[in-house]
Amino acid sequence: MNTPVRRIAIAVMAMIVLLMANLTYVQVVKAGEYRDDPRNRRVLLAEYSRQRGQISADGQILANSVETDDELRYQRQYPDGPLYAPVTGYFSTVYGSSGLERAAGEVLDGSDDRLFVRRLSDLLTGRDPSGGSVVTTIDPAVQRAAFEGLADRDFAGSVVALDPATGAILAMASTPSYDPNPLADHDPAVQTEAWEAYNAAEPPVLVNRAISETYPPGSTFKLIDTAAALQNGFDPSSPLTAASSITLTNTNTDLENFAGRPCGGGSTTTLREALARSCNTAFAQLAEALGEQTLRGQAEAFGFGLTDLRVPMPVAGSTLGEIPDIAALQQSGIGQRDVRVTPLQNAMMVAAIANDGRLMAPYLIREIQDQQLTAIDTTEPDQISQAVPAGVAQTLTDLMLGSEERTQGGGKIPGVQIASKTGTAEHGADPKNTPPHNWYVAFAPADNPRIAVAVLVEDGGDRSLEATGGSRAAPIGRAVIEAGLRSTS
Amino acid sequence: MAAPDRAPGGAAAVPDGGGADPLPTGRGVELLLLGFAAVLVTSALVLVQANQERELSSTLLYLGAAYLALFTGAHLAVRRFAPFADPLILPCVALLNGLGLVMIHRLDLAEAARAAALGRDIPTALTGRQVAWTAVGLVLFAVVLWAVRNHRLLARYAYTAGFVGLVLLALPGLLPSSLSEVNGAKIWLRLGVFSIQPGEFAKILLIIFFAAFLVQKRELFTTAGRKVLGMELPRARDLAPLLVAWGLSVGVLVLERDLGTSLLFFGIVLVLLYAATERVSWLLIGLSFFVGGALIAYQLFGHVRTRVEIWLDPFEDFYGAGNQIGQALFGLATGGVGGTGLGAGRPELVPFAATDFMVSSLGEELGLVGLAAVLVVYLVLITRGLRSALAVRDSFGKLLATGLAFTIALQIFVVIGGATKLIPLTGLTLPFLSYGGSSLVANYALVALLLRISHAARAPLSRPQPRAPIASANTELVERPK
Repeated sequence: MNTPVRRIAIAVMAMIVLLMANLTYVQVVKAGEYRDDPRNRRVLLAEYSRQRGQISADGQILANSVETDDELRYQRQYPDGPLYAPVTGYFSTVYGSSGLERAAGEVLDGSDDRLFVRRLSDLLTGRDPSGGSVVTTIDPAVQRAAFEGLADRDFAGSVVALDPATGAILAMASTPSYDPNPLADHDPAVQTEAWEAYNAAEPPVLVNRAISETYPPGSTFKLIDTAAALQNGFDPSSPLTAASSITLTNTNTDLENFAGRPCGGGSTTTLREALARSCNTAFAQLAEALGEQTLRGQAEAFGFGLTDLRVPMPVAGSTLGEIPDIAALQQSGIGQRDVRVTPLQNAMMVAAIANDGRLMAPYLIREIQDQQLTAIDTTEPDQISQAVPAGVAQTLTDLMLGSEERTQGGGKIPGVQIASKTGTAEHGADPKNTPPHNWYVAFAPADNPRIAVAVLVEDGGDRSLEATGGSRAAPIGRAVIEAGLRSTS
Repeated sequence: MAAPDRAPGGAAAVPDGGGADPLPTGRGVELLLLGFAAVLVTSALVLVQANQERELSSTLLYLGAAYLALFTGAHLAVRRFAPFADPLILPCVALLNGLGLVMIHRLDLAEAARAAALGRDIPTALTGRQVAWTAVGLVLFAVVLWAVRNHRLLARYAYTAGFVGLVLLALPGLLPSSLSEVNGAKIWLRLGVFSIQPGEFAKILLIIFFAAFLVQKRELFTTAGRKVLGMELPRARDLAPLLVAWGLSVGVLVLERDLGTSLLFFGIVLVLLYAATERVSWLLIGLSFFVGGALIAYQLFGHVRTRVEIWLDPFEDFYGAGNQIGQALFGLATGGVGGTGLGAGRPELVPFAATDFMVSSLGEELGLVGLAAVLVVYLVLITRGLRSALAVRDSFGKLLATGLAFTIALQIFVVIGGATKLIPLTGLTLPFLSYGGSSLVANYALVALLLRISHAARAPLSRPQPRAPIASANTELVERPK
């Protein structure tokens, strides 16, 4: 019976080889994915044993670690938790991390390559290893104006403010927000309680609306139509329909202007007038005239379709969606149908117009510092594309001034010219009876822009069907601009 | 097994009427390798202590020396009672056992630290108990070597062994849960201060029974039945033993909720049948029984279905049922190729890190490299056992050695495969590495039997016969070893 025994021996070897192959799969092929899984606490626990670097903005500490006397040697704390939560994210031993805590984790825990020399000297001198620090581009005054603009009114929404010339993110707010402190508590029970409460909260609090959620842009998308039109034979005085309502091509569905009003007095209007009054029928006609390819090309030049954008947190891609027919093209032209953008994308759009058409890559980290707070890396502004030629950007600015003039809402700043566009986007299964999302995108001063903002108010803020971008979002945007201009002047 | 025919001391290497040149016993090699294992285990202990920032004192060296002394005792027992036994088997076992002790000590430290952080009472350290079980195991090892002077004698007690094995296997399933259930599996006998898993001992007794039974009835099983697809099928009535084994496995599964033992038991019977009959048809019939049983179990038992669902996607319910495997995979992945280093990882995050998930503890801290090395040690152990099966002259010894060696192989496959998501998790311990007294002690008995058989395989044929002229020698019928 030696033959079967030999065969059994071969089978045993095959079994061992199979085990080794599977181990290789788990420990080599899938290793990165499993190691970085937010539910894998090992990395966090290792990180808790050394001092994690701080996150700051203009000298103000957003997150830092202080020494404690329990087993986890350092306690992470967030002095202004809810205000900066979309920026810092949380850092939990049980639930992983988010925001910069996650995206800049390697710097903060000291494992980033740029900190290598320092780490080596820590090792040789026997000093406790510690992490590097992150200085953000956030302007605390602008961030506060953005957060309070939403939170004081009890609005769910988001504000993003950019420096148009560089792409630096001056404010990134998302409300309702949460306090990351309990999630960093050393008592797992406190973490669990907070985690469950945050996850059950309605509207959701843990999501960063500025970069992780997409919304229909509504009329703010008309800036992209206009940008494309100005490069394809149209000028501000080109005639467009002034009808109060049109029937979508090859359908029985009517598309109406806001409140069913005609676009000015005559049977036709101009592009300038149509943008200032935000006439849906005119832009539906314009989108059809431009065609899908032109519209897509222009949207991409403004940053649509960037799926690997990082600030360094990953940013959800903005998209036009499928456009199967002319009716869909007409609806997409007014920022409805399947068009979806992040608040950051809308801020990037106006920032590019403000910056002579140059679209800059948005970024949140101004500087990386080593353990002694000496700068070791500074972010250089980076241009993504030329969204429109400088001349077209100038014309768009001019048209946006007209739009701002017609926009209601309080908070206009005396002596400051704001170029803006509002949006009131229908959404949901029953759009006519769902409070619309409200947008306000703007930059100022119009002649020498220093700040560009996008404000999104979800569901009309107070859930009113009459809410518009002008009434709900514009006052917040203007307050943010005012804070920005005061602090940069 | 590259060249089984060159087995040192294998039948082919023994000159007829041997004894002219005494064969090297290999005991020197064994002692040298045991010393090597002691150095490895002591180094591992030092690494754990250093990485846990604990005192490095000469106590560690004493512990290493004590370990070496313990196994030198075992070595002396082998030298005395089975001098020609295979010299690699004991060092492999010693290394695995030692590594297991170090890892259990390391997990003790982690549990103590965690309890201190949470302000709970520090749990009892497991290392001391495992050291005690090791000592008990080695005593049993020596006793088996001493008591079983010739493995063929075991065949005489086959039916007794089978009966006792059956009782041990069935006992926990029939006893009330209060006496037999720990963590949802009814596989224990709770005897006041300590508990044992009788199944671990039943395993060996049943292998003895089946080996003897199959040798006795071998002719029966090789009687050809119908021929289908070029394969000779056994007669239907000869299927009875396989059916009984299958029924027992299902019984274990139902009454004891122990998927692992059930699988192990059936796998061994199948392999023994194949080895005894050389018929592939048995394997195929057995496998179809297995598939049938598995399908029925999946339909009938919620816990089997849960296991399969967890296997398919452990991360779906990470904070619930999938936590063990999910954490184990995270641990293995965090270890990566080189491991975090002994004492520098977080193996305690995996539930049952010292028992069912010993493999993820090792994989996290020793990495793929370390686990591969452990697997190779197991492979050496198993192939040495199978080599003894090839070399030993009697059929019973062949079957017994095959069964014993294959048990270890199947068990590590089921355990490591289960913990690394290759197959559904079943819940068995890693022989010699995992914490658990019954498993350790039973496996020492198993190794003692393997050494006994390998001694028989390698020892020179008993006393040189007086050479008679070939012509006047009585005609003797010698069965050709298969």
